[in-house]
Amino acid sequence: MLNKVDDYIFEVPMDHQKGMLVPGRIFISEKLLAQVEPGTIDQVANVATLPGIVDYSMAMPDAHLGYGFPIGGVAAFREDGGVISPGGVGFDINCGVRMLRTDLGANDVAPMISNLVEDLFHDVPSGVGAKGRLRVSEHELDEAFTRGAAWAVEAGFGVPEDLEHCEENGRLAGAKTDQVSLKARKRGRPQLGTLGSGNHFLEIQRVDKIFDERLAEQFGLFEGQITVMIHCGSRGAGHQICTDHLQVLSGAVRKYGIELPDKQLACAPLGTPEADNYFGAMAAAANYAWANRQIISAWTREVFERYFADARLDLVYDVAHNVAKVEEHNVDGSKERLYVHRKGATRAFGPGRPEIPAAYRDVGQPVIIPGSMGTPSYVLCGSRGAMKLTFGSACHGAGRIMSRTQAKKTYAGTEVKDGLTRRGIKVMATSPKMLAEEAPEVYKPSGEVVDVVHHLDIARKVARVVPLGVSKG
Amino acid sequence: MPIWAFSAEQEARPQPINKRLPLIYPDMEPFEYLEHTADVKFRARGRSLEEVFENAALAMMTSMIDPSTVRLEETWPVETESESLEALLYQWLSELLFLFDVELAVFSKFDVALEEAEGRWKLSGRVGGERVDPERHLFETEVKAVTLHQFEIKKEDGEGEGEVWTAQVVLDV
Repeated sequence: MLNKVDDYIFEVPMDHQKGMLVPGRIFISEKLLAQVEPGTIDQVANVATLPGIVDYSMAMPDAHLGYGFPIGGVAAFREDGGVISPGGVGFDINCGVRMLRTDLGANDVAPMISNLVEDLFHDVPSGVGAKGRLRVSEHELDEAFTRGAAWAVEAGFGVPEDLEHCEENGRLAGAKTDQVSLKARKRGRPQLGTLGSGNHFLEIQRVDKIFDERLAEQFGLFEGQITVMIHCGSRGAGHQICTDHLQVLSGAVRKYGIELPDKQLACAPLGTPEADNYFGAMAAAANYAWANRQIISAWTREVFERYFADARLDLVYDVAHNVAKVEEHNVDGSKERLYVHRKGATRAFGPGRPEIPAAYRDVGQPVIIPGSMGTPSYVLCGSRGAMKLTFGSACHGAGRIMSRTQAKKTYAGTEVKDGLTRRGIKVMATSPKMLAEEAPEVYKPSGEVVDVVHHLDIARKVARVVPLGVSKG
Repeated sequence: MPIWAFSAEQEARPQPINKRLPLIYPDMEPFEYLEHTADVKFRARGRSLEEVFENAALAMMTSMIDPSTVRLEETWPVETESESLEALLYQWLSELLFLFDVELAVFSKFDVALEEAEGRWKLSGRVGGERVDPERHLFETEVKAVTLHQFEIKKEDGEGEGEVWTAQVVLDV
């Protein structure tokens, strides 16, 4: 049983499960809550048993069943007495999304949309087992792990201004390449500069609605404008890093005598070598992901310049939605350094935070919420409610409601593609079968999800964008 | 010409579960998929630990690609060891994902030998398959990793017909 705290806040009481140290809190509407599986609520409760958790084990309105943390899960841990867990980050470390704004209008781009999507599909490798166009050396791979997007820009992929508009400036400090296994390097080297598959995509979009003129202007967005969204992560390198360290941390659970309700919540007390090493390896994967998105952005710009010689594609912002970071937050009236885990959740810092680039600091950071394939995406602006309620976090997407197996039984990939084509959306994918499991209908309507964070003043709605063309794995 | 071949010792081992089990358990499949909203969850079965490891590998590969489209053209050795059976299964499946990624190969045949000595488990295995051919290999999904969520290996009583091992695994896709 959940207790209703507010129209959009539901509490998982401490007696939901043995060992809970704090209650759970799900930020959601009654209507969306009806679609949340009981297993998801149990996962919120599981996280609440981890040592050193602060305030609440939280879930965003797009919450759904995951492994370890629920997807949409947020939890912060004290530096003293807390833990770090790969179950709160996931295998696709720093899976994230960035948005580029163009100075082009929909009318300029519409006649060229097929060419653009075909070129993007060709120039940005995607799909299962895709090999990159790049051939990086071992040294360059180290640079990507250590310096992320900063290395990519130096290597000629993009401009220094891009870095200002990335969370953490596209580089998480503290990366330890000696904690990245040979296997992770072997997977990472050929895949740098690839999109991957599954729900990852590269999309050409049109701004179809502005909710807040002032904030939209601050973010450089206007109605009818063409934008590009890139959604991908750290590829096989990140998966391997998590796989390797999950085993180490399983050992740490026994060593430090931590009791866990779920083995995927394997963790280590902060300050121990196991925790430090996982953090260093996770930071390396996060940096790899930022380098990856930076490289893909450069190739996207090349494609646009082929058709629009003077086109400018400026980075609005780049956000991570699978990551653990050290951040300062107010706890019981005083500032404290916390390890904030976001698993399928986006940082949504409100106005004034020093981490936000100067151009946005007065209003709050852009929060980019990708839709599912064929549905609108949203740009929000981090707000004060986030700092009070969620350790500066918002939702990350639409949230799945139908399993992949069920989706494939219900939809055929070709039907999904035809449906999108009829709506004027150009789709290219390496595997038509995989389109079925990403059919728009298998996700919650993203509009309802963002309405919840808007109502709670976690993040305010700024603009809605709709897809014109999609390149997928 | 397929180069897959068993050694005499391997040939002498029991046939794969899907040929043998139906005689005793007509309804028993080598694996079944269980409902999970976002990821892939399966339960593999085997009359021996070796078989449950092999069938778990087959379940994982089948979630990615129809194994009947995979030709047996090459084999790859897999060696790993661990202090527990569960960790060993996790490593075995993770190793296959690593091979898939770096060799760009898909597999449809799995052969596992297990050994326990001085509190450690050792796996010597081979997988058979071929390099990915985008023309013929249509992927259903891409498995990112093997999770430890609800991960378990259990021995169940086969109701007088011997023991049955099961392994439950959730894959991150």
